[in-house]
This record gives sequence, C-alpha cells and structure tokens, in this order.
Amino acid sequence: MSLMEILLIIIPSTLLWAAPLIFTGLGGNFSERAGVVNIGLEGLMVIGAFTAIVFNLQFDSVLGDATPWVALLAAMVAGAIFSILHAVASITFRADQTVSGVAINLLSIGLALFLVKLIYGKGQTDIIQKSFSKIDIPILSDIPVIGDLFFSNTYYTSYVAIFVAIIVWVIMFKTPFGLRLRAVGEHPMAADTMGINVTRMRYIAVILSGALGGIGGGVYAQAISSDFGHATISGQGFMALAALIFGKWNPLGVMGAALFFGFAQSLSIIGKSLPFLENIPSVYLLIAPYVLTILALTGFIGRADAPKASGVPYIKGKR
Amino acid sequence: MNKRKFGIALSTVLITGTLLAACGKSDDTTNETTNGGEKEQFTVAMVTDIGGVDDKSFNQSSWEGLVNFGKENGLEKGKNGYDYLQSKSDADYTTNLNTLVRQDFDLVYAIGFLMPAAVEEIATQQRDAKFAIVDAEVDLPNVASILFKEHEAGFLAGIAAAKTTKTNHIGFIGGMEIPVVERFEVGFIAGVKAANPGAKVDVQYAGAFDKAEIGNTIASKMYSSGADVIFHAAGGTGSGLFKEANDRKAKNPDQDFWVIGVDRDQADMGPDVVLTSALKRVDVAVKDLSTKTKDGQFPGGEIKLYGLAEDGVGLAPINEKAASKADIDASVQEWIEKIKSGDVKVPETQEELKAFSPK
Repeated sequence: MSLMEILLIIIPSTLLWAAPLIFTGLGGNFSERAGVVNIGLEGLMVIGAFTAIVFNLQFDSVLGDATPWVALLAAMVAGAIFSILHAVASITFRADQTVSGVAINLLSIGLALFLVKLIYGKGQTDIIQKSFSKIDIPILSDIPVIGDLFFSNTYYTSYVAIFVAIIVWVIMFKTPFGLRLRAVGEHPMAADTMGINVTRMRYIAVILSGALGGIGGGVYAQAISSDFGHATISGQGFMALAALIFGKWNPLGVMGAALFFGFAQSLSIIGKSLPFLENIPSVYLLIAPYVLTILALTGFIGRADAPKASGVPYIKGKR
Repeated sequence: MNKRKFGIALSTVLITGTLLAACGKSDDTTNETTNGGEKEQFTVAMVTDIGGVDDKSFNQSSWEGLVNFGKENGLEKGKNGYDYLQSKSDADYTTNLNTLVRQDFDLVYAIGFLMPAAVEEIATQQRDAKFAIVDAEVDLPNVASILFKEHEAGFLAGIAAAKTTKTNHIGFIGGMEIPVVERFEVGFIAGVKAANPGAKVDVQYAGAFDKAEIGNTIASKMYSSGADVIFHAAGGTGSGLFKEANDRKAKNPDQDFWVIGVDRDQADMGPDVVLTSALKRVDVAVKDLSTKTKDGQFPGGEIKLYGLAEDGVGLAPINEKAASKADIDASVQEWIEKIKSGDVKVPETQEELKAFSPK
C-alpha cells in the first residue's frame, strides 16, 4: 500500500470515530468548567443513541433524507431532559456528583433497554434505513490531494463536530457567558459576590452537557452502529471523559484529543497491512491506542488541572 | 445540611431503583409458574448468557429450538413445560442453573462458551440432574456437550465468496480469537481455496464482539484495498461491516460490496449487500437433543457434533442480486454432497488447513 492509500483509509475513519467523542467531550467540558463533574456522559450517550434510533425508525417514511438530522435534534432534547436529573441531584440537593453520575449511567441503559423491549418486543431494534452516509463534500472534494484526503468518503457529522468545537471555544473564552461559566467553576463564591447566579449557571451547563452528550450518542448510533442494543454504547462516554482531561478542559483540546484517539484506533487496525508493522503480533497493535494515550497523558501534555471547584457543591455563605 | 442529606438519599434511591429494575425480569419468569402438583411430562429449560433470548443470535436460536420442541410435544411455557432464565451478568450463571435444577427440570441447557465453569460446578453438586451445554465442552457423565462444525458452514461461505469475487480479494473479520470463530475462519479459507485457488483472503480480528466502530474501520480498510466480499464472525462488531458496505453501495451502486453474515440469515441487514449467511442451527441441535433425552437416550458425557449431515449448520439462500447466483448455487450444492458423503473433510484447525487439498 502506498502512503496515499493508507491516508485515504486512516483519515476518513479517524474523522468518523472522533465525531461522537468530540460532541460528548464538549458536553463534559461545559459541565466540568462550571464545576459539576459529569461521569454520566456514557448514560447520556445511551439516551441519545436510543432516542435517535427510535425516532429514526418511527419517522423515516415522513421525513425522508432529513430523518437523521431531525433524529439528532430529538436525541439532543432527550439528553438535555435526562441530564436535569443529574442537575437536580448534584446542584440543588448537593449530592455527591460522582455517585449521581454513576446512577445516571445505570439508570439510562436499564431504561433504554426496557423501553426497547416494550416498544419492539425484543432486545434490540431493527437497523435504520436512513442513516448518515458517506458523502463527498461538494466543491471542496474537487481540490487535488487535500480534497481526496479530507473531503471525500466521509460523513457530514464529523465536520459539524469540528465546527461545534470551534463555536464552543468561542463561547467559552470570548463571551461574557463563557467567562461567568468558568468563574462559577473556578471560584463560585467570588462569582456569587459579583452577582452571578451560580445555581442557574450550573444548571445551564449540565443541561448543555446533556444535550451534547445526546447528540454524541445519536451520531454514534446513526453513523456507526445503525441499530440500538445493549452493546451499542460501550465505553465511548468514558473515552469522551478521557478526551476531556487529555484536552485540558479546553474545547479545541478536546477536539484534538478525540481526533488523536480516532487516529490511534484506526492506525491500530490499518497497522496490520502496513509493510513495516505487519510482523508485529496483532495484540500489540490492538493495545497501541491505549498505550499511546497513557504516554501522551503522562509525558506530553504536562499538568492537567481541573477547574478548581469541579466536584464541589456550592453552598451559599459557606467558606 | 438537611438539603445535603436529602441529596444523598435521592442518589441512593436512584441507584437502588436501577438495581431493582435490573432484577425485575428474572422474577417474573420464575414467579408466574408456581402451580405445583405431580408432573409426568418431560420438562426442559435453559439459561441464557447475557445476550438474552432475543439477541438475534445463539440465545434466540436456542430458545426457538426449545419452543419448537415444546409445541411438538404439547408442552406449555412454564415450570411444567419449557422455560428460560436470563443471566444479567457472569455471576448469575450458577444461581440460574441451580434454580432450574431445583425446579425439577429434566434437562437444563446452558447456552454459550462463557458457561462451562458454572455448569461444571453445578453438575458436580447435582449428580442426578441432566445438563447440556451449547458451544463448549464439559467432561462430566451428566453433561452433554453440543458443538457445531462451524468450519463446514464457513467452507460453504468460502465457496460462495470465491465464486462471487471479481477482484480475487476476500476479507474475513473475526470477533475474538476463540476456537468457534477460528473454525469459521479455517473453513472459510479452505472453501475459498477449493473454489478459487487464486483468490487471497485477508484475515483480521477485532478483539471484541461489541465494537461496531472497529468492524467499520476494518471493513473500510478491506474494501479500500480491493476486497469485494467480506465474511464476518464477529457479533455486534459486524454491524460496522454492514454499515460500511451499505454506505459504499449507496455511493457507488455499480460496484460490488458483498457481506456474508453469520449464525442466522442476516439478509435483513442490507438487501443490496448481504450475499448469504453461514448458518448455525442451534435450534435444530437443541430440539434434537431434547427429543433424544425425552426418549431416554441422553448422551451424557459425550460431545454431540452437529454439522451439515445433521442439519446443524448450513448456508442461507444466495442473494437474488448476485450476478452468478445459479453458478454459486450449483457449486455449493456440489460441495454439500461431497461433505455429506464424506469425500471431503473440511479442515478444522490451522494445521489441517495447511495440509488441506481440495479434490
């Protein structure tokens, strides 16, 4: 295989893998920047994936080719609503945020499977007919070399994910809302003194994280698995959490980390066909992404400091 | 401070609620059948692994076998007929097996290669009970082991693939490197070799049965490097393969991107891309063994092998859209005869594959 051929396989699959991680990681970014640890991202992805698939199956005859996008909106709304549970428990009632997040994870998979059984009478759904499919981006794909590498045989969702990451970065670092959000996560008391409603900010952040987590699940289900069952979302939410830390709680960092995970994962699969890697036993290639991640986490990114008030409930007037 | 306590209480309620919900299912199945009384009918039950009886795979297929057996013998679902218990985790296997034995089922099936340890434990304790395990071996006098000749199904899939490919490049995606999947692989390669010695088979294992994205990337790699038929024995990881094939076919309708499914007829996963499926008729085997046991011929301590000759494995109908359907059908039929008559012995291991020469 020539280098070009290898890149033609690796780049689209990196983009495909990274999209759900980027969305979900950005969701975690909102929540943690506001001081609420959201370990329930996995559960929110499950809800998103479930909603997207059910919605897609129900409405594909009416909505036609727009179905996956509308289903993604539905997944977003469902994720947002579900995350309110986490918000209520961990902000209003100051429950331990990790415990509440774990509860979200357990509850969501149980609930989703129960509903699948109830609706379809079996353990997993049928496959959807209208999924996100491979496209060549008009105009851009005609650029020589770059067009073939980055804009052919890929999925719109990957570009939307990158675009959203940039928007989130702008929101978080260039707008008053973003400043308040970060203030609430770093030093809620100071923010409160300046007249920011800490509870309200944290609610907004957690609901945003639910919305983005729902989208992440919806993208995964409609672009990769195309049905929903107990194994559809298996660990992607935690990968997104890792991308968040790897990306140092910065939206662009999260995007980079997710792309890196996708790249490492694709490389480990393609590796077997590369001339200089083909003699390595496949187990080493399969663990490579995780080893690379650990190396990158410990060696290259330096200190990753969480927002100071992350995980700490805010109690007004308490020092 | 009160608020805080309430918060902790709320999270606790959430968690217990979830846990209880998870226990709910197995309660219904055991409680609904509490009518006791003397039983004279032959009764049979099974323990699923974590997939459940509607996993579209071997659990479902086993359950269909039991249901068919029940219907044929006028049994009803429940304690006096046929029943199942679903396992929610690996920890449930022994408990579930024990529960069924204590409910006096005459024959208890354990489904799946994850269960031999649990079966061994319970079968040693309950020496009078009869057990059967699917897809694994347990060497005890009161346990019958059901194994399949996956290599024969793989072989037929290989014939179909070799007759279909135009690029002489064929792919195989495996879930994990366990004997069951390796038998599919070896048989498949032998089949390709037999029908089209010039074709090359690209083999890759995903290392998981539930990672659709890995299946997707492997498929993408194989199709990009020229493969036009890919066979998978990878469970949920295979969904990624179907997705990739469907996407490519939608984009380039003139090109061929064939997929060969596994275990059951997977034609519903993509009418334009599924060439055929290598079938594993767990239902046939379960029904057959139940009937034998009912007639007093329980093959305890033996390994029952189900292959082509016993209808335990097979090949699903070839897709109508395949250009050379007639040719494939004829050639598959010819090899079925040869295998059934014993003229050809399909290799089962890598060593046998090396020595294999189709004549």
